[in-house]
Amino acid sequence: MKKINSILSLLVLVVIMIGCGGDGDRKKSGAMATNAAERVYVAPGEHDEFYGFFSGGFSGQMSVYGLPSGRLLKVMPVFSQDAEKGYGYNEGTKPMLNTSYGFIPWGDLHHVDISQTNGELDGRWVFTHENNTPRVARIDLNTFETGEILEIPNSAGNHSFAITENTEYLIAGTRFAIPSPQRDMSIEDMKGNFKGPLTFVKIDQETGGMELAFQVIMPGFNFDLAHPGRSASHGWMFATTYNSEEANTLLEVNASQNDKDFIVALNWKKIEEYVKNGGGTMMDAEYAHNVYNHNSSTATSTMKKGVKTVDPKDIPGAVFFMPIPKSPHGCDVDPTGEYIVGSGKLAAELTVFSFSKMIKAIEDKNYDGDAYGIPILKYEDILGGIVKQPGLGPLHTEFDGKGNAYTTFFISSEVVKWSLKDYQVIDRKPTYYSVGHLMIPGGNSRKPFGKYLVAMNKITKDRYLPTGPEMNHSAQLYDISGDKMELLLDFPTIGEPHYAAGIPADLIKQNSKKIYRLDENEHEHAVRNESETRVERKGNEVHVYMTMIRSHFAPDNIEGIKVGDKVYFHVTNLEQDFDVPHGFAMIGANTAELLIMPGATKTMLWEPKRIGVYPLYCTDFCSALHQEMQGYVRVSPAGSNPELKWSLDGD
Amino acid sequence: MVLRVILYPNLNKTLFMKSHIKIFTLLAGVFLMISCGDSEKKEKEEVKTGDYSQEAPKKEAAATSSKDMVDMSNKGIGPIKSVTLNAEIDQALAVKGETVFKNMCTACHKTNKKFIGPALVGITERRSPEWIMNMILNPEEMIAKDPIAKQLLLESNMAVMANQNLTEEEARSILEYFRTLKEEI
Repeated sequence: MKKINSILSLLVLVVIMIGCGGDGDRKKSGAMATNAAERVYVAPGEHDEFYGFFSGGFSGQMSVYGLPSGRLLKVMPVFSQDAEKGYGYNEGTKPMLNTSYGFIPWGDLHHVDISQTNGELDGRWVFTHENNTPRVARIDLNTFETGEILEIPNSAGNHSFAITENTEYLIAGTRFAIPSPQRDMSIEDMKGNFKGPLTFVKIDQETGGMELAFQVIMPGFNFDLAHPGRSASHGWMFATTYNSEEANTLLEVNASQNDKDFIVALNWKKIEEYVKNGGGTMMDAEYAHNVYNHNSSTATSTMKKGVKTVDPKDIPGAVFFMPIPKSPHGCDVDPTGEYIVGSGKLAAELTVFSFSKMIKAIEDKNYDGDAYGIPILKYEDILGGIVKQPGLGPLHTEFDGKGNAYTTFFISSEVVKWSLKDYQVIDRKPTYYSVGHLMIPGGNSRKPFGKYLVAMNKITKDRYLPTGPEMNHSAQLYDISGDKMELLLDFPTIGEPHYAAGIPADLIKQNSKKIYRLDENEHEHAVRNESETRVERKGNEVHVYMTMIRSHFAPDNIEGIKVGDKVYFHVTNLEQDFDVPHGFAMIGANTAELLIMPGATKTMLWEPKRIGVYPLYCTDFCSALHQEMQGYVRVSPAGSNPELKWSLDGD
Repeated sequence: MVLRVILYPNLNKTLFMKSHIKIFTLLAGVFLMISCGDSEKKEKEEVKTGDYSQEAPKKEAAATSSKDMVDMSNKGIGPIKSVTLNAEIDQALAVKGETVFKNMCTACHKTNKKFIGPALVGITERRSPEWIMNMILNPEEMIAKDPIAKQLLLESNMAVMANQNLTEEEARSILEYFRTLKEEI
């Protein structure tokens, strides 16, 4: 026995020494087989190397992830109300969701793009768009808040979206062709009568402010994805169409009849010049333009009228169609601007067009007829190359800046690396499952940072612990620094990410604001210190000018409110220290809390319905005395005449 | 602890010694605790919950009061190493300081009465100029390390001194304003 035990003990020790040795044996299965875990591990307190801005799809919001860790850093509300932050609920942000259809609490956020200078990411702003009620938005990357939302009139299913390489224009295409201008007509008469306007929004280089510049009234072909030309092809933009049949019913069959659809090639500089010289006609339109002032935490919504429209036939040499097999989806331009990768999602091959060949074909005027007066280039003349048997259902392509392209395949559920030199497939890796977009930081610019690739998958199935029938979508991070791609990490995403944009953290993080300065607070009802706090009555409106600091409100006792009053709490956070927000909640308020950053003021409307004494409190744990951060409001009967009184600690 | 799960089935299979498995398991457990258990042990020591013994913290509090802690040689901890005060008060600077004080400090401080934090009248006789400015500019470190600031935190019900991100010039103007404060009669 003893002998056996001591042998056993020895054995055990040996095994333990191997097991605990850390670096010992890495040839096992799973994450331990490689050092994948180590490569995505960001130690506690350390920062990620990249920011990733992920579209939130039908959540209407945009989320910020750290890469390579896949940690969720923030959800930034854009097109949907966000009760957590009070966005779209408090008085200051309600106007952000105003449209020509009235207040809309939800949106479907699709693509995202970071602003560029000379075709390189500059980290000033990230732009995005909404598919359902056509809108585009700018998020400011110093506050990580939505700064502006512009409605796109005369459009529907706002989808194809791109930012030009000096952020001159934002392009917003029409996915669902519609009568233009809108009118009461038979749906059956769609063909030849519906239009697909492509909208160009001018970006102010100082403020990022957006202004509707012009709309190119294209045929109603359903515009899908768009990308700008860059470097050599700067001044052009490209967008796919998937319904050149102009089918108005059962599109899954009827929009898949033509052997080829089109990529539109549009020389926007030429059109810009045309408009500048007085070209184009004004069309009736009404659209909301919502601008948020970060210093006042207040948005204004302005209804604007009229849009300059341009008929492409009137500008010879500005718009062309490139034929491409079978309902193309993605349309991606490589860092040099020479290659335009078209992904016919029902095609067996991947088509790559050559920009220089396209220019030559245009110069030679060697057309293959026209569609609604727009010249169609000959497929063979502009073809750069074909990637043969790359996979099934190609969707999107990004680039690593080392001569390689990476394309996602939805049906065969994989990401495929191929060479732009010889169109040969270099590597393929499965995705889990049914990948849509992919993102390489800067992969849609002149200067990609080809270290990581993120695949955004549409179907999750068994990748995580089940959470009922609904699962968050899944993203996968691959290391693409070597010849072969390596899957490092799965992480869940919010809503349905249609695209993401990544950028080295160093281009943004030093600009991130820590506080709003009290002396720059421009809120109409801000107070600078406790001595300015007060309560004022104007008819049945009561305005409470309140402050908050760790850990009390001033005033915290209010009397003289009556049932039926409209009580506006204008609450200023007097803190001036990083990451000391306070929250504000009032019992019975038919809205969300206020979440107020240091130095900011926000306004909540409360309409008391019953007499009594009602508490208010801070919702965001702020200090050891957070639980004590509370107050009371006395509500007297309607028609009574109580004296308006307010105090803090009896003063 | 993943190791235990992996180790046992493998060894059980290979050794075919059912009668010794128990002893072996025990042994393995002991070795594991010695060789791999360190982190777990540390964790336990660090996470002390439910220690409700009343002596330790109270002793410290009872031992002293900020009233007995007048130490003009204590310059505090922070960016301010040396301040020279002119005998004459710079009235313009004091007026500027009063404005900054009103906007940035009065949510917690009154001059003649304890509010969230202490009353400020007479502070220039109790604390060195450097201590005052460091308390304004570097409150987090002060309440963590400086003996007087630590005591004041206790006396303020653990309400921390907020960092209002003032500049050195603004803090200096507040100091000048403090020099003008007089006890109300």
